[in-house]
Amino acid sequence: MNSMASSTIAPNPASFISNKKDLGFTAFSTSSQFSIPKCNRRISKKICSVMAPQQSERRPSTTGSVKTAMTMTEKILARASEKSQLIPGENTWVNIDILMTHDVCGPGSIGIFKKEFGQDAKVWDREKIVIIPDHYIFTSDERANRNVDILRDFCMEQNIKYFYDIKDLSDFKANPDYKGVCHIALAQEGHCRPGEVLLGTDSHTCTAGAFGQFATGIGNTDAGFVLGAGKLLLKVPPTLRFVMDGEMPNYLLAKDLILQIIGEISVSGATYKSMEFVGTTVESLTMEERMTLCNMVVEAGGKNGVIPADSTTFKYLEDKTSVAYEPVYSDEQARFLCEYRFDVSKLEPLVAKPHSPDNRALARECKDVKIDRVYIGSCTGGKTEDFMAAAKVFLASGKKVKVPTFLVPATQKVWMDVYSLPVPGSGGKTCSQIFEEAGCDTPASPSCGACLGGPKDTYARMNEPTASKPS
Amino acid sequence: MAASSLSLSPNPTTFTTSPKPSFSPSYHTTRFIKFPNTSQTPTHLIVNPLTTHSPRASLSSIIPRAAATPSSSTTSTAQTSFHGLCYVVGDNIDTDQIIPAEYLTLVPSNPAEYEKLGSYALIGLPSSYTTRFVEPNENKSKYSIVIGGYNFGCGSSREHAPVALGAAGVSAVVAESYARIFFRNSVATGEVYPLESEGRICEECKTGDTITIELAESRLINHTTGKEYKLKPIGDAGPVIEAGGIFAYARNTGMIPTK
Repeated sequence: MNSMASSTIAPNPASFISNKKDLGFTAFSTSSQFSIPKCNRRISKKICSVMAPQQSERRPSTTGSVKTAMTMTEKILARASEKSQLIPGENTWVNIDILMTHDVCGPGSIGIFKKEFGQDAKVWDREKIVIIPDHYIFTSDERANRNVDILRDFCMEQNIKYFYDIKDLSDFKANPDYKGVCHIALAQEGHCRPGEVLLGTDSHTCTAGAFGQFATGIGNTDAGFVLGAGKLLLKVPPTLRFVMDGEMPNYLLAKDLILQIIGEISVSGATYKSMEFVGTTVESLTMEERMTLCNMVVEAGGKNGVIPADSTTFKYLEDKTSVAYEPVYSDEQARFLCEYRFDVSKLEPLVAKPHSPDNRALARECKDVKIDRVYIGSCTGGKTEDFMAAAKVFLASGKKVKVPTFLVPATQKVWMDVYSLPVPGSGGKTCSQIFEEAGCDTPASPSCGACLGGPKDTYARMNEPTASKPS
Repeated sequence: MAASSLSLSPNPTTFTTSPKPSFSPSYHTTRFIKFPNTSQTPTHLIVNPLTTHSPRASLSSIIPRAAATPSSSTTSTAQTSFHGLCYVVGDNIDTDQIIPAEYLTLVPSNPAEYEKLGSYALIGLPSSYTTRFVEPNENKSKYSIVIGGYNFGCGSSREHAPVALGAAGVSAVVAESYARIFFRNSVATGEVYPLESEGRICEECKTGDTITIELAESRLINHTTGKEYKLKPIGDAGPVIEAGGIFAYARNTGMIPTK
């Protein structure tokens, strides 16, 4: 591991090269903008903070001349473990800035915390734990309802500062504290900050890497440990760097970029690794788009995804947090396991076909594929900009949907945006008006919805298999 | 239902003496993921040894997952082996196939719900798997070893996945590679031993083959085919597992106070 990591930008896997060869003669040809990893140590564009972020106290071990160059991920973990340097493969105890849990894994984590630290134990820091019910909320399933009750009791008992509760299930708007999908709520409520370490009991916790922080998913037992100890033993991952340059065509979204990457490296291509996204395209992305990019890092097996914080990040955070943070950036000489380059201006819209996120195809190749239903929502695709993009498509086509189309805004804030923000070029219509005219289902209450299944009465869940053609 | 974990287990291993789900604070000893083979010669289908124990006696010697006490009582790795029938799956077995999301309302730290999770283990596998992992109306599987291909346990971070396997009576998974959260959850909970094979054992073993795993020798023996395979050493996870999980490890090293 170490030797691999120290050979700067080792041209990786033979499989990648053969991939490219194959792709050249298949349907993917036009989408294969993926060049052979180059031994190019320069970052495409100098990344520096345009706006001076608030400074926190500098510990001596994190300052001084750089003796060993490190990646962003290595630096964040080094600072959080009070070490001057770390190398990939090292196991280190890391101080946690934020622990997030929700209604699916929270009760189990709390159970383990109580069993291990004692029934009367107190959490390590009541202001560093964020509890967000979001998975199975609008359901009559008694166990699911009970799980939210367990969270509430625990938050009361421990005086947890950030608990986004819901009590009135009949109308989410009657619950001002309720947010919705945890990964989007974390960002909107200012819990994602550059340079910090965020752990969550959900694989898509990696979404927060968009803010230039280390964020990864853990299980109940690890979370139970963090609740009491405030730290966790983590292995330092080596970093894969993805350089995306070029102007992004307006028909692309960040989802296309990450599907392109997963299609290249496969659903296990980044297992145990960090994925760092840089380049002029990434710099041009909004925070929501950056979150989409980092959200699907786990679909490539990655431990975390990370994007250098810049003026876009600082601007987003301006009115969301008053907590001081200190961004870090990869050193020029940092060791990357591999570097991949893309010319984004030449990419095309993509889809992941069943049953795997790496089963990539061009959207136009699938134009004759009959679809049975459409679902827009959840943490990857349920942000304001995702609904804006969908509304623009409806606006351009002027047609009605032919299959049931379900819309689940990620959070209460997104829901408000869908109902209030005018869609550019529509003459002042909101997304909700455009969706209604197109015949979509009414946007549902914010939650994880049917994205991961859930109880039988989950909105948009299909309980019976349907075959579109006789087999 | 509880009876199946205490006696007359359908699972032909010597390890069914371990009703891992016990979460009562009265169980003190620590064995974490160690499953000492009480049989000196693990051959085929060992007769259920449980008749020699009273249920209570065997319970008291067993440990809840994520054991809390220091490792002094743990069995040494050298004695650890697993024996039983294997269930063979392919590549990229994700956590939705191991335990579909509709069952995630079950809380693993609740003993009754832990048992229930076991009954749903691997229920999300496609119907092409004609031999089901857990028979209808059973809580336990007759297969105590799961053999898979690469990227086992990918997908969601749900700890319910290794827990469901452990609750169903699985002692070890042998796969070509693991998704990292599944591996981590397996180590942290001690539900299953996540072992890595050197090659694609999943293509050479068939569901129902009789398997022995000798942990100290990193060796897997398929008694049905008579073949032997090398496994990769457990590596960095070793010290944590040996200590008895992340809590015991932290107590041993002074990270958190001893209870």
